[in-house]
Amino acid sequence: MSVPTTGSARQGNPVRKAFSSPLASVFVIAVTVLWTIPTLGLLVTSLRPKQDVTADGWWNAFLHPDLGLGNYHTVLFEGGSGVSTGLMPFLVNSLAISIPATLFPLVLAAMAAYGLAWVKFRGSDTVFFVVFALQVVPIQMALIPLLRLFSGGAHLGSLTLIPPVDLKGSYAPVWLAHTMFALPLAVFLLHNFIAQLPRDLMEAAVVDGASHFKIFRSIVLPLCTPALASFAIFQFLWVWNDLLVALTFAGGTPEVAPMTVRLAQLAGSFGGRWELLTAGAFLSIVVPLIVFFSLQRYFVRGLLAGSVKG
Amino acid sequence: MSVPDTPSSAAALAGGAWGDAVIKFGNSFGAVAGFLAILLLVFFVAGRARGRLARPLAIAVFLGPAVLLLLVGLVVPLLRTVYLSLRNDDGTRFVGGENYGWAFTTESVQEVLVNTLLWLVIAPLAATGLGLVLALLVDRMRGQAVYKSLIFMPMAISLVGASIIFKFVYESRGPGQSQIGLLSQLAVALGWDDPPNWMLSQPLNTFLLMAVMVWVQTGFAMVVLSAAIKAIPDEVTEAARLDGAGGVRLFWYVTVPMIRTTVVVVLTTVMITTLKAFDIVRTMTGGNFGTQVLANEMYSQSFVQFNTGRGGALAVILFLAVLPLVAYNIVQLRKERGVR
Repeated sequence: MSVPTTGSARQGNPVRKAFSSPLASVFVIAVTVLWTIPTLGLLVTSLRPKQDVTADGWWNAFLHPDLGLGNYHTVLFEGGSGVSTGLMPFLVNSLAISIPATLFPLVLAAMAAYGLAWVKFRGSDTVFFVVFALQVVPIQMALIPLLRLFSGGAHLGSLTLIPPVDLKGSYAPVWLAHTMFALPLAVFLLHNFIAQLPRDLMEAAVVDGASHFKIFRSIVLPLCTPALASFAIFQFLWVWNDLLVALTFAGGTPEVAPMTVRLAQLAGSFGGRWELLTAGAFLSIVVPLIVFFSLQRYFVRGLLAGSVKG
Repeated sequence: MSVPDTPSSAAALAGGAWGDAVIKFGNSFGAVAGFLAILLLVFFVAGRARGRLARPLAIAVFLGPAVLLLLVGLVVPLLRTVYLSLRNDDGTRFVGGENYGWAFTTESVQEVLVNTLLWLVIAPLAATGLGLVLALLVDRMRGQAVYKSLIFMPMAISLVGASIIFKFVYESRGPGQSQIGLLSQLAVALGWDDPPNWMLSQPLNTFLLMAVMVWVQTGFAMVVLSAAIKAIPDEVTEAARLDGAGGVRLFWYVTVPMIRTTVVVVLTTVMITTLKAFDIVRTMTGGNFGTQVLANEMYSQSFVQFNTGRGGALAVILFLAVLPLVAYNIVQLRKERGVR
């Protein structure tokens, strides 16, 4: 899965030569600056006092710096104009939703991927491609029926297949929905990895009399840690950043709704309160950014597994 | 939503918030612990099975949960949505293709479809094109990791967060006030006395919203393509060079063909993301001022106006639009697996 970087080819590769000139470097630096400035503006604004924010542009903060964390306190614990609760409960919700919604699909997908790769049975290839093809289904297609299922159960005529469960005000529907929607991609990525494990190793374990469960626990999981980590990061970021599923299955209350839902609401109601809106937005992106910068290598590896032959 | 009766005694509020957090994390970790406990138990019991039962049991345990969840969560809802799209708005009467007729003949929905098509073509092409150029250029630079990281960074930011970041960039004020939005300030600096309210000027606003998607996706395209370029075997470039191919020709006749598959995969991946994403439009304009796209219209039809028929029809149209893209990706993938 690792991308080979060749040191010797670096120097004399004419393609790279053709594309490397001072002009090229200027272009890359310009794009990098352009890409970074909007986020920087958000951060600077969130640190400025209210009157400064409305008085002039954030770039003036470098001329007369007057920065502090006041906005963060306000937005976390007090709310603000016409908003009764701060963001704190929503921040907690984001974490409380993301951790299980990352772990459940990870474990279930690893199991399914192992089953499809090593417990061969007739039709396992078909099952694999159906699961893979389910990535096609836009989440939007599943929302209405799934919401009805959670609130009303499933009935076939007068026969109740699944009784309605009262899940209002709990995380369960959000966890379930995220788990369901994540499985196709997760099974696909992990299957690619698990199917490539050395055959003789597996066969030796079978000869030794190990059950599939033992092989999965003591060989597959340890060897697949990098792939599991990649997907876990991917899924964590996906769940943390998701708006659609949360909006549909969590509503907008401080009991269940995550940060993204609250921010989308505030973007409307905080119209002019840029100092609070920017602080809230930065709070919501700081966790993904920490995850991203500290675990970037795994994250990239996960991306490449899907689109580049490793 | 309880409003504290004392005017915000921050300490008490914070105390309540911490208590609340403890309970919520308790729920969250309790669920994880329960899940793992059940799994361990099942593994333990099923692992003791021997003989003819062992294989079917293993298949059931490994594949059962995932298959069941996929059936309940995706397959059945998919069929139900198609069914709902053929019925009237509260699902009581069969109306055939009426909802689809409504989607393609209503002027407001036509505008939505045109916008979606624009998004689908422009944003992926811009992000992939720029990503490819950057991938080629960044490779020889010193400190390339830093540039890559910074350009890739928006990928980690939620589309809602990105929307707020750009809402602020596009913020505009009337003449006579100092501008606080970066874009307006730039316009003023370039000698435009009274820049327009960006979010209200059609059709420019749609393109400004697309810029957010390009900002988020370019880094992804760059990282993946850069890896693909690095994965080209040295022998290939070496051989071409011995045959006398120079820089640009080498690029066109060796590099491009070698990474063509990856370019297409990146392009389709960004397209699929673009097609499904509704966060940007929803957060920045709410779909007003002629910026509405299919994914957001579908959401508001279904969950704001409760027209399950129309919402279902729009979801099916969305699905049919994604289908060819993913089908192509699957064909590519099958080829690769065949090669293995």
